[in-house]
Amino acid sequence: MERGTKDHAALAEAFNQDEEHVNWHDGALWWIRQKRDMAAKNIPEWEQLREAASRIKSNVLSNLHDYLLQFEDNLTKNGVTVHWAADAEEHNRIVYSILKAREITQMIKSKSMLTEECHLNEYLIERGIDVINSDLGEYIQQLDNEPPSHIVLPCIHKRKEEIGEIFHEHLGTEKGVSDPTTLTRFARWHLRDAFISRRAALTGVNFAVAETGEYVVCTNEGNADMGAHLSDIQIASMGIEKIIPKKQHLGIFLRLLARSATGQPITIYSSHFKKPRAGQEMHLILVDLGRSRQLGRPDFRDSLKCIKCGACMNTCPVYRKSGGLSYHNTISGPIGAILAPNLDMKKHADLPFASTLCGSCSNVCPVKINIHDQLYQWRQVIVQEGYAANTKVLGMKAMAWTLSSPGSYSTIGRAGRWVLNNIPFAINNKFNPWYKQREMPDGPKESFGEWYAKNQRENGAEKSELPLTRKPA
Amino acid sequence: MSTRESILAAVLKNQPPASPLPDLSFFKGNRQDLASTYQAVFTSIGGSVFVVDNLAAVNARLLENFDSTKRLVTTLPDLGEPFDLLSKTADPRTFNDVELAVLEAQLAVAENGAVWLPEQRMGQRIIPYICQHLAVVVRAETIVPTLHEAYAQIGVGDYGFGAFIGGPSKTADIEQALVMGAHGPITMSVFILDRNTD
Repeated sequence: MERGTKDHAALAEAFNQDEEHVNWHDGALWWIRQKRDMAAKNIPEWEQLREAASRIKSNVLSNLHDYLLQFEDNLTKNGVTVHWAADAEEHNRIVYSILKAREITQMIKSKSMLTEECHLNEYLIERGIDVINSDLGEYIQQLDNEPPSHIVLPCIHKRKEEIGEIFHEHLGTEKGVSDPTTLTRFARWHLRDAFISRRAALTGVNFAVAETGEYVVCTNEGNADMGAHLSDIQIASMGIEKIIPKKQHLGIFLRLLARSATGQPITIYSSHFKKPRAGQEMHLILVDLGRSRQLGRPDFRDSLKCIKCGACMNTCPVYRKSGGLSYHNTISGPIGAILAPNLDMKKHADLPFASTLCGSCSNVCPVKINIHDQLYQWRQVIVQEGYAANTKVLGMKAMAWTLSSPGSYSTIGRAGRWVLNNIPFAINNKFNPWYKQREMPDGPKESFGEWYAKNQRENGAEKSELPLTRKPA
Repeated sequence: MSTRESILAAVLKNQPPASPLPDLSFFKGNRQDLASTYQAVFTSIGGSVFVVDNLAAVNARLLENFDSTKRLVTTLPDLGEPFDLLSKTADPRTFNDVELAVLEAQLAVAENGAVWLPEQRMGQRIIPYICQHLAVVVRAETIVPTLHEAYAQIGVGDYGFGAFIGGPSKTADIEQALVMGAHGPITMSVFILDRNTD
């Protein structure tokens, strides 16, 4: 869904209007990060698991062509119809044609970021097919006509009072009811009817096993299974990078996924779909949508290892304080910021800059993607290709000139300290974007260079040895 | 060129040089105290665990907690009255009124509390999801330490569908408040069947 033409900074600014809400959002996600840490520390071989997962995914990327063929062959043997889609349009057309051929006008869908990327719901609704998102968070986002703000926690940016209001408006619950259990029970009752009555169900895919042709879908709510096992037509959509070579590799990935995502030992449901049940039809759509292009970018191909746990979002100081919707892309946060420029570099030129490059994302990633390095590398590419914002280009040029000239560096530094200490209002005002949501610090009295020169003068050269310098033995 | 051929050609052209698969023989769980570890983990997830020495005890315990006038179903012929044996051919939608389903797992995983149910043990695929409450019998000797041992035992598996299930259906989508029974069962009980128990 379009968020207009505003960039990350502008959208983050809007999110920051409600300080109390932002603090709640920040704290809620940080608590999930802490639960992830506790879960990881319970597994002594956690780091070996991450390393193994990363290496399995390296093997997948290096042999994807053959694994896709093997997976397709096994799916076909299992009685599943396989489709291939190059882009969103083709994917949506395939889903529509499957439904249309059977005169189905209602479908129920479990969480699938890929179909969000493809804007499948909008496509089907325009053609007279009603779609319900059955994951509770996604259902709430759909009622509110907003995309998910987090890949695991779609409506983490909303307060329960807002959700109560949405339920009141769309589902007729009593006004003012915001108790999470009451609202969840109401949605359960409402969606049961949809599960029972709808003939077609679509799910995403977490892992696709080349060796056996089965695919695994992980949920906590059980919504993917309720849809799939009550449907006549079951459709699964997956990006081609979701392949893993062998079934035993699931042991590695399922030990990592839920612990990284929410700190749970495993998702409540890890469903292994292999063959249609008697009388049912199963379809699987393999979607490229830029994956094969990203595979050809040596600096960025490892982003395709992502297992969509969301740990990089929960830990990111920028994400926690700007909200997922400020990334104006289906996949938000640090991983979204390295995936999105591959899809449309101009539209997503701002995202690799929405980071402090602190590296926390890379440290929690269960498949060891070097996310912060890739953010930095995308910045080079975006500036070289001419997609950086003008202010950013000018700022970088000014910085390059200053840093390459010691004289101007010391003059500008002196001027900056004088301004901070003598006329702070010249900087602490709304015309300075760095002042927004921040307190500017007091300026130091002197720079290190000035202190060093003074120290040399006052104490003489032999006493001025820096305290951390060791004499050779 | 078809879409399939063009995607495969692009992948072949862009994939990096071969990178070998890692050796996974290092990953082995601890075989000690499997039942008590399982019990602690599953309880922490929000499930209930009972250790029993026969199916009659399962039956008795369940009837204490559930209304026998409602629909109670099972795949276990020896569980006895008032549990109905599941029909494998009925329309899955007709199970919407099931209050309690009792199944037997092939194995359970101590480290994460999950039980493995291939579809043959579900009766029908929809059963462990559509029931209001789920109870699963786990033989003590089938508890394995981690998923690695579980997958080694499952192998390729002769099933069209199978699932690890590790607790009652849950959501925390509204302000991170944990609610049991999002779409599936509101409670899940595991009965560890240990014939060596006094």
